[in-house]
Amino acid sequence: MSTLNTNNPYGDSHKHHILSVIVQNRPGVLARVSGLFARRGYNIYSLAVAPSYDADFSRITMVVDISATPLEQIVQQLFKLIDVVEITELDPRKSVEREMLMASIEVEGDRRAQVVDLAGIYEAKVLDVGSASLTISLDDTPEKLDDFEELLRGYGIVESQRTGRVALPKLERESPKGGTKGKAS
Amino acid sequence: MSAKEILTGAEALIRSLEMENVETMFGLPGGCILPAYDPLLKSSIRHVLVRHEQGAGHMAQGYAHVTGRPGVAMVTSGPAATNMVTPLCDAFMDSIPMVCITGQVATSAIGTDAFQECDTIGITRSVTKHNELIMRAEDIPMAVRQAFHIATTGRPGPVLLDVPKDILVNKMEWNWPTDQEVLDALPGYRTVTEGDAKQIKAAAKLLLSSERPVLYLGGGVLKARAAEAVKELAEMLQAPVVTTLMARGAFPDNHPLCYGMPGMHGTATAITAMQKADLLCALGARFDDRVTGKVAGFAPEAKIIHVDIDPAEQGKVRKPDVPLTGDCRVIVEEIIKAIKELQASGTAQVDITPWRSRVNGWREQFPLVYEPSEPGGRLKPQFCLERLRDLAPAGTIVCAGVGQHQMWTSLYWEFNEPYTWVNSGGLGTMGFSVPAAIGAKAGQPDKTVWAIDGDGCFQMTAQELVTATTEGIHVKIAILNNTYLGMVRQWQEMFYGERYSEVDLAGCPDFVKWAEAMGCVGIRVESPEEIDAAIERANSINDRSVVIEFRVEEFEKVFPMVPAGAANDDVLLHPMQESRREFLK
Repeated sequence: MSTLNTNNPYGDSHKHHILSVIVQNRPGVLARVSGLFARRGYNIYSLAVAPSYDADFSRITMVVDISATPLEQIVQQLFKLIDVVEITELDPRKSVEREMLMASIEVEGDRRAQVVDLAGIYEAKVLDVGSASLTISLDDTPEKLDDFEELLRGYGIVESQRTGRVALPKLERESPKGGTKGKAS
Repeated sequence: MSAKEILTGAEALIRSLEMENVETMFGLPGGCILPAYDPLLKSSIRHVLVRHEQGAGHMAQGYAHVTGRPGVAMVTSGPAATNMVTPLCDAFMDSIPMVCITGQVATSAIGTDAFQECDTIGITRSVTKHNELIMRAEDIPMAVRQAFHIATTGRPGPVLLDVPKDILVNKMEWNWPTDQEVLDALPGYRTVTEGDAKQIKAAAKLLLSSERPVLYLGGGVLKARAAEAVKELAEMLQAPVVTTLMARGAFPDNHPLCYGMPGMHGTATAITAMQKADLLCALGARFDDRVTGKVAGFAPEAKIIHVDIDPAEQGKVRKPDVPLTGDCRVIVEEIIKAIKELQASGTAQVDITPWRSRVNGWREQFPLVYEPSEPGGRLKPQFCLERLRDLAPAGTIVCAGVGQHQMWTSLYWEFNEPYTWVNSGGLGTMGFSVPAAIGAKAGQPDKTVWAIDGDGCFQMTAQELVTATTEGIHVKIAILNNTYLGMVRQWQEMFYGERYSEVDLAGCPDFVKWAEAMGCVGIRVESPEEIDAAIERANSINDRSVVIEFRVEEFEKVFPMVPAGAANDDVLLHPMQESRREFLK
């Protein structure tokens, strides 16, 4: 994404990393993770947590700030939690990321059509229609969401909520020469 | 198939502790934990009834320190659990294996602000290696097995089990999980023992090629039972050794290669050797701020080999050149092997005799010094310690509280055997020594246990001497009474322009009468001539605990000292040595 967005809620993208953390699905596990971050003074930009494919485990996807603490240290401290089973650092270039945005927009008069148009361009959905407002949702890459959110801001966002990003590693693919992608070097 | 045995949760809990070979535990009953105290009546486990739950925690720590086995404490819910927070945190900071069992209100009452309810799991989450609320009686054996496994493996630490009252009452089918079942239930817990082979070779090469190596020993050497291996490594390299506050005794003080304790109140030699080293081989040490001083100015020329069982310690403070994660004993043995192989293939060690003689020069120039007391003047605390040390029976275990007396004990005692020194290093818990000494004596009943305490510390936990008397666990306490919160007073003198604010403990009680009221022998020593007789008398008494109050000089300060935030190069020497400062080059 080439658009430079000064309102990017994630700040400087070089200073944050995505961690995908598999934890045992047990009471208090989120408190352990968030407590560790609070206690050690690490920053979380976003956090998404839900059961994984296996009901015994949950996947926590978090975007962490590494401007003050090296990523290695955050990972090692996290891994000391007994309930943490696996930590994968997701390189944004080698992962697929998604996030969802819901926003309610003021749409007096002919602005409604403009917003619906805009939603169409971004393939966003209109979820709810009020007499002078619309609620729209968009799931896409976090950068697309930034873009869309900035445009909506021009119309007046009444309320908005983002889910925080979720991500999975890109799948490996057979290259035409028969080698595996990423092993070239 | 034989019929399954049906037990109550409480019976299962106590049996599980027996299965874990618990011989002694420390605790105090109360409402929610009551059911667990009933099967205890028939148990082989000795329960030591304390006078305050904090005492139970520190006793468990003292027990673990000297035996290497996990200390066990059991208390009730609410205030008992919160009283346990300090020992848990202390054990967490100093990596002491400990299992603590707390009662909890019945599952149906959790979250209702019931009587003596508190969020024990939430409160202790950040001061334990792990904690667990048990929600079914049938889960008790597995929870206990996991607790002992987690507390004693990897980097040791405290584990808390919170058990609601109804879970203790409910019936369950007894089952004892296998090792494999325990591991399977902990998919996120794996510990690394062996170090990386490549890094071990790199460490061996670095140790052979360094001109100014220092072995920097931390408490991990003791946790890993690595003292013998470390001694072999030091001797084969003839490298200087320093032992941190947590590692005192890990390497014998009377060994010519031992240069004592580094850090804020370390010896000038240990501090300077680290500062000037070109290689620090950190073994089970964590580059604590009390050791490094200002990190930016710490051992600026040194490369770092860092051996630690906890991968999170690698690079936490100082980036290592050779990180080695694993068990200290295993890795040191591997390094020794690698060195021998290198030597066999012709790689000789760089000559480090110039370095040794330089370090020895510092040791000669900067011994520990204090001004002897004037005739008729107050006792010098250092002199009392020297006498206690020299008159102590062989194998004596020494405990300390926190403050000046702790630093003097660490500096002036001669620790020649591992597991003879018990103190609160990381958390710095005043009041640690009396209960820790009782726990240590319970774990090593054949050894003499001396607690060196301050008057401030003693007044925090002295009531546990009642426990000592009633349980017949006889310890010896030396109070270095300077009628001040001595270390704080020292800081106020040195860094706050002698403005003494709330440090004067002059209204102190009569320690002799207090000791006697608790069933101990109380002795007061005010002049140098009385010292030896008092200590000898204390050492000869084996059927009661003894408290000696030494009335010591109020304004004595601990030297050397690296002021907080200063670099170790700026260590303040004893005033008698400051003029020789230039020799510390």
